[in-house]
Amino acid sequence: MATKNKLVQWDPVDIKEEMLKKYPPKVARKRAKQILINEAEGSETPEIAANVRTVPGIITMRGCTYAGCKGVIMGPTRDIVNITHGPIGCGFYSWLTRRNQTDASDPEAENYMTYSFSTDMQDEDIIFGGEKKLEAAIEEAYELFHPKGICVFATCPVGLIGDDIHAVAAKMSKKYEDCNIFAFSCEGYKGVSQSAGHHIANNQVFKYLVGENEKPVKGDYKINLLGEYNIGGDGFEIDRILNKCGITNVATFSGNSTYDQFASAQHADLSCVMCHRSINYVADMLETKYGIPWIKVNFIGAEATAKSLRKIGQYFEDKELMDRIEAVIAEEMPDVEAMREEVLPHTSGKTAMLFVGGSRAHHYQELFGEMGMKTISAGYEFAHRDDYEGREVIPNLKVDADSRNIEEIEVSPDEALYRPRKTDEQTQALEAAGFRFKEYDGMLPDMDHRTIIVDDLNQYEAEKLVEIMQPDIFCAGIKEKYSIQKLGVPMKQLHSYDSGGPYAGFRGAINFYKEIDRLVTSKVWSYMKAPWQENPELSATYVWE
Amino acid sequence: MTLLRHTPKEITERKALAINPAKTCQPIGAMYAALGIHGCLPHSHGSQGCCAYHRSTLTRHYKEPISAATSSFTEGASVFGGQANLLQAANNIFSVYEPEVIAVHTTCLSETIGDDLKQIITKARKDGKIPEGKEMLGASTPSYVGSHVTGFSNMVKSMVSTFAKNTNERNGKVNIIPGWVEPADMEEVKRIAAMMGVDITLFPDTSGVLNGPLSGEYRMFPEGGVTIEELKDSGNAIGTMALGEWCSADAARWLDSNCKVPCTVLDMPFGLKATDRFVDTLRVIAGTSVPDSLAHERGQLVDMISDMHQYTFGKKVAIWGDPDQLISMCEFLVSMDMWPVHVVTGTPGKRFEARIREITKDLPFDINVKAGGDMFLLHQWIKNEPVDLLIGNSYGKYIARDEDTPLIRWGFPILDRVGHQYFPTLGYKGGLRLLEKMLNAILDRKDRDDPEETFELVL
Repeated sequence: MATKNKLVQWDPVDIKEEMLKKYPPKVARKRAKQILINEAEGSETPEIAANVRTVPGIITMRGCTYAGCKGVIMGPTRDIVNITHGPIGCGFYSWLTRRNQTDASDPEAENYMTYSFSTDMQDEDIIFGGEKKLEAAIEEAYELFHPKGICVFATCPVGLIGDDIHAVAAKMSKKYEDCNIFAFSCEGYKGVSQSAGHHIANNQVFKYLVGENEKPVKGDYKINLLGEYNIGGDGFEIDRILNKCGITNVATFSGNSTYDQFASAQHADLSCVMCHRSINYVADMLETKYGIPWIKVNFIGAEATAKSLRKIGQYFEDKELMDRIEAVIAEEMPDVEAMREEVLPHTSGKTAMLFVGGSRAHHYQELFGEMGMKTISAGYEFAHRDDYEGREVIPNLKVDADSRNIEEIEVSPDEALYRPRKTDEQTQALEAAGFRFKEYDGMLPDMDHRTIIVDDLNQYEAEKLVEIMQPDIFCAGIKEKYSIQKLGVPMKQLHSYDSGGPYAGFRGAINFYKEIDRLVTSKVWSYMKAPWQENPELSATYVWE
Repeated sequence: MTLLRHTPKEITERKALAINPAKTCQPIGAMYAALGIHGCLPHSHGSQGCCAYHRSTLTRHYKEPISAATSSFTEGASVFGGQANLLQAANNIFSVYEPEVIAVHTTCLSETIGDDLKQIITKARKDGKIPEGKEMLGASTPSYVGSHVTGFSNMVKSMVSTFAKNTNERNGKVNIIPGWVEPADMEEVKRIAAMMGVDITLFPDTSGVLNGPLSGEYRMFPEGGVTIEELKDSGNAIGTMALGEWCSADAARWLDSNCKVPCTVLDMPFGLKATDRFVDTLRVIAGTSVPDSLAHERGQLVDMISDMHQYTFGKKVAIWGDPDQLISMCEFLVSMDMWPVHVVTGTPGKRFEARIREITKDLPFDINVKAGGDMFLLHQWIKNEPVDLLIGNSYGKYIARDEDTPLIRWGFPILDRVGHQYFPTLGYKGGLRLLEKMLNAILDRKDRDDPEETFELVL
């Protein structure tokens, strides 16, 4: 295939130069720091600029703080009435567009995810303030639904006109004692991407929800699953596996979640972090306040799933659990292997590019690897340096103007509820055996030498990368989908999975193998040229014949 | 279990809480309109999320690439004003993407802090951020006024107020402002005008922009769209036809008062009667005659209406969407003896309610109509008075499933079906397609529900 020839011709340094060529000098300088040739600096740890502002006018993939807060983190909460305080747009666009599935099949279950609630601010609210309207909206929501919780989300103008949404929420929470009402200052302009919104959301969930439910949770091996949003049913598949292993998932933050799950999270004995970017600080806070240790897991990829389950087993140091986990892996893997064998001849040696999220561009390399596919370039949309370079860079991260306005909450051990789950000796013994608590090495160590890593990739650079390197598949989001496909390269959405999934766990791996096989072997891309375009001669015979 | 399980049948008044909106905000309308200018990159002057949301929604609706840039406001810009961001953006856009024109619209953010687009664009030109021969236009589109329809109208108005000039050289052309219709509908307007031999300037024109082919080549700026030259020349037209009071009238009136181009405001040509008025008006303004081929298409529509009248007669319909579309659709329904019993637009405006009441005044009962309403209210109405058919955007599928009522997707956004990019519902041919869709829905339901003994082959 022409692909491979092209690839050989290009040196990553040349590719980087080509990507920067058209930019005005100032932009080129900035972007140069966000484009990294992996391990290019020899033995030095390569440093990438991440979580920095997008240059105005550059067509970015990124969204805003509101989207990260209301859309991503609180979007999957089914029994909380989520009211957007602002003009109608934000509430409209975040209405049912993120594919986080929920199981509300219990006839008693509340489910507000199919609804969009907004104060629909008008010009008089902007001029005279929107607090009264917000108060009335909360009243109307309470009277109509009597939910357990009501959350309020600020949009851009709310912060600018100075509506005190927290005061309104506190007042109404006092008025309706059976309803927990709190607010999020997640104005779109805060921070540089969705990431700030994740942080704002998680802080409030931790402050207002976690610990509220004192009723003990039954189970021998109780975990929380942090940073799993049940896109396309990923969370359902992970829960199926956990159940089979006898592991109790107390709370998922926040896929298929309920109010009570969040409120009971302090009862778990281990936090398992899926998406490091969006939630690692909650794992830290759960440890500090309640004594729950955390580990990084990854359920994307069959091998990664098995590894993560074993890690959980090892943590609990329980033979029965470990045996059960091995039995489950042994039972699940043959189907995975069978499908892998089926697709390998088609997928092996093919190439992928992944530009998505704050963890998926890393996690999905596992799945592609299982199919014998190489990730030739990758990057995150809104991650920070630690997601690329590993957690050891965290102490050295610079706090800039954009991160300073995101609240860091101070947490101390809870007087009544703090309970270390492991003694120091147990922890040391585990660590001596190679067990790693609160560790994440980031994407870079798993990527090949001289691979091109691009943070906050934009439309122009994406087009350049695809033109030059011609991957067999490109993964990003809906906004990127069709410009890439116009180039004749199949594009898989890894935010929403198009309409597919689940891709997590064992069955998810099978689904993903099939889907990628379909995409990279599809004949539809061969229809682009009409016969008369491929063979423009008027006649197949020569005139002298 | 139902999907909208918390929607009670009993209706209580709400003053502050909008639930399940039947509208969205101004900027997305401005973005869609701007895509109908050739070589144009829409630009959202606000924080990144606005642009991301609009692009995502338009992409899902068209299944086509939607390029648009953003001023990427952070907190600093929100405090000190967005001028620096927009100037920098202009420079970067013209350097990297090389559009012919940038169409900027504001957001609730930049409006609340009081950014003045006109002043910033003037400064951009003065500072050399706009290269020679390139253009930049702006529209004020505060999200807290009106709806997405208002934003569309504001951008279209800016197209003429920025570019149109009357140079005292009448060009013999008719301006047609189609309003927020699909690319396929815009193409249909051009086809009808061509059949009648009328030279028109259609703006905006998203045909050829948002229904492109797959060819292995990505063009950020495809062939389609009205050109800046054509927009400039629109001030020399012999007349302007604005299709839809809400979407198109402001621009047409501007041309009338500033360039002395006489304007006629019509309903959007959906359905038999509105299309009749469109064709007849175009004939008069252009001083031409209607060809038999178009009369033939009209006759085909009348034929199908009469052939299938037994199935449309007395069918109750709930319909939601945008004012201009709903007015024409209600008239079409009534003309076939169908009954639009519940009508909701999220866009505010009492005139809408009056117009719908006028159209439905001969129905045997009073109907429910609300401007500035939402789909929660619509659903409650449906619970109280069930209907045979739902017509509206994809969000209706939740009501359709809960109430077991067929849904025809028509309007914006359509996120779960295709066809609207390619097949018009405007004009006589479009009327045939609309009627076909309605009949399929009604007859499929009949076939599903008829008991075995009355199940019939021939309908």
